[in-house]
Amino acid sequence: MSTLRVAVVYPDLLGTYGDTGNGIILTRRAMSRGIAAELLLCSSSEPLPEADLYCIGGGEDGPQVLAADRLRADGRLTEAVERGATVFAVCAGFQIIGGSFPDAAGRTHGGVGLLDVTTTKGSGPRCVGEVAVDPASSLGLGRLSGFENHSGVTSLGQASALGTVVAGRGNGAGVAVEGAYAGHVLGTYLHGPVLARNPDLADLLLRWATGRTELVALDDAAELGLRAERLASVGC
Amino acid sequence: MSLRSSAAIAAVRLVNNASRWSGRGSGTVAGGRAGLKIDPDLLAWLAAGKRVALVSGTNGKTTTTALLRAGLEATGVVVASNATGSNMPAGHVAALVGARDAALACLEVDEAYLGQVVDATQPEVVVLLNLSRDQLDRMSEVRMLAERWRTALDGAGATVVANADDPLIVHAAGTASSVVWVAGGLEWRDDAGACPSCLGAVHFDEEGPGWSCGSCGLKRPDPDWTLDSSVAVGPEGRTELVLRLPGAFNLRNAVMALAASSTMGIPSRSAAAAAMAGVADVAGRFVDRHVGGTPVRLMLAKNPAGWSALLDTVAEDEGAVVVSINARTADGADPSWLFDVDFSVLAGRRVVATGDRWRDLSVRLKYAGVPHEVEEVPSAAVALAEVEHGGRVDVIGNYTAFRDLLEAT
Ligand SMILES: [Zn+2]
Repeated sequence: MSTLRVAVVYPDLLGTYGDTGNGIILTRRAMSRGIAAELLLCSSSEPLPEADLYCIGGGEDGPQVLAADRLRADGRLTEAVERGATVFAVCAGFQIIGGSFPDAAGRTHGGVGLLDVTTTKGSGPRCVGEVAVDPASSLGLGRLSGFENHSGVTSLGQASALGTVVAGRGNGAGVAVEGAYAGHVLGTYLHGPVLARNPDLADLLLRWATGRTELVALDDAAELGLRAERLASVGC
Repeated sequence: MSLRSSAAIAAVRLVNNASRWSGRGSGTVAGGRAGLKIDPDLLAWLAAGKRVALVSGTNGKTTTTALLRAGLEATGVVVASNATGSNMPAGHVAALVGARDAALACLEVDEAYLGQVVDATQPEVVVLLNLSRDQLDRMSEVRMLAERWRTALDGAGATVVANADDPLIVHAAGTASSVVWVAGGLEWRDDAGACPSCLGAVHFDEEGPGWSCGSCGLKRPDPDWTLDSSVAVGPEGRTELVLRLPGAFNLRNAVMALAASSTMGIPSRSAAAAAMAGVADVAGRFVDRHVGGTPVRLMLAKNPAGWSALLDTVAEDEGAVVVSINARTADGADPSWLFDVDFSVLAGRRVVATGDRWRDLSVRLKYAGVPHEVEEVPSAAVALAEVEHGGRVDVIGNYTAFRDLLEAT
């Protein structure tokens, strides 16, 4: 690979809350290791460019439906995944890459189908707050910290859970699990710039996207200090 | 006066006095709340017979309200106003009880309460500044707010003074019977990329302020008021604006205020502008003060659009900068929005990160390529920033961080 291409998908529709931050963090962490990297902000009115790693953010109900429709019509994200590209999707983006999700009126709307998960309208109160997650052991990550803000409830089909919820709600479908992954596609309700708190998750995505098995260690004292403080705020 | 209303007003005064004496806050909101509990229609009753102007929007409400009030007072009349920024109905009640003889009222209104306050006060003018993301974990989504405003303004009879540069505002004002369009600027486009009317793609002109939706044809209306460097250009000519408040965004706020005061028939535009020039202190913002002996310029920014405007304003300064971030209830519990703000303009200056959430800010600054120091205690951060530098320190905080720093001056 010459230059690592990191694409932020449709920031004009999906970028509710600092979501572009994940693309910034991934690009910078690659460059800090001498890996040439390029950040692409991909407008929903253009064809999706070729990239090694796609970041998909959160969005309001209307734009979420529109983004799913445009991604499906475009078709390039699915092709990229078939070629082995990595996808990291948060919040509404997580719902979009699943099989289906509810629109503002509660009607079922088709997703892109990259992950075998289904989202339905939750009956309880909106899930808002700090989350702590113990990731699936096969991922080799430390405890994750994030913030969730969603009303949808996501059930897993064939996809694996990203981890077990220690604090907060996560997917909200009865079992206390959070997020989902299959191959190099990973979705989570830990929204916004979640990689700021979880540098090891950022590096997992970079290993997937670059094919490298080892990455040079970086000074992550600030990130790990933030993660420890946020986990402590929910008693974890 | 009905028995119930007079009892309610007495309660407002009683609670105000009690909380002033006990030293708990200014008492304004507590008094207003007590009054509304006795008489839920108190706001309507108090506003009856007054000429009312309301100001709402995500950013610039407090400043624009202060400027409009100054412009209206240039005619020598008393204007009731909620100058402390208590911008929900309890604050409006308190402001109106505090100036019962005022013929005019100029009220800042929280975005989520605009419909309710329009119904209660039957305003002559409603000023709509802008709409963008702000504390999404507790506020409604911006599109939903725009829809609610649209409903509230339908049939309300008010003249809306609206920002033509913001697609969400143009959509919201679409039901008003009469609109005065102002080129009010747009600091933040990322919430207007999908058309507020049809979700089509909104295209912004590369150069110039034009925009239009490719699907439904919603587009920027021709403004009745524009800004030509520091001159407001309105239907009846040009008015020089000389403000003591810094920044292009405050000039835009002043044009909105001038358009509103002209709409209300204030005879002399130049007198109104002169009165606005006298506004130096908007609830403590932008004023030169001291924190523990260090001269500071204290500034408030609450959301990405506000930060973007403010960072543009301080970009030409060279002194030290203290940035203080909290995430208490009034700020919103999630500071993810820090990644929506381009802090890289601060690179090259001495920067100190502080506030309850200095760790979040520190990580954000790191990924923006801004070398900085950290200090948990805000007053100590100001002292640290001044070390080996001297001169005035720019201090920017979000809502409660700003409030705490203001109390420390
Ligand atoms: Zn449209």
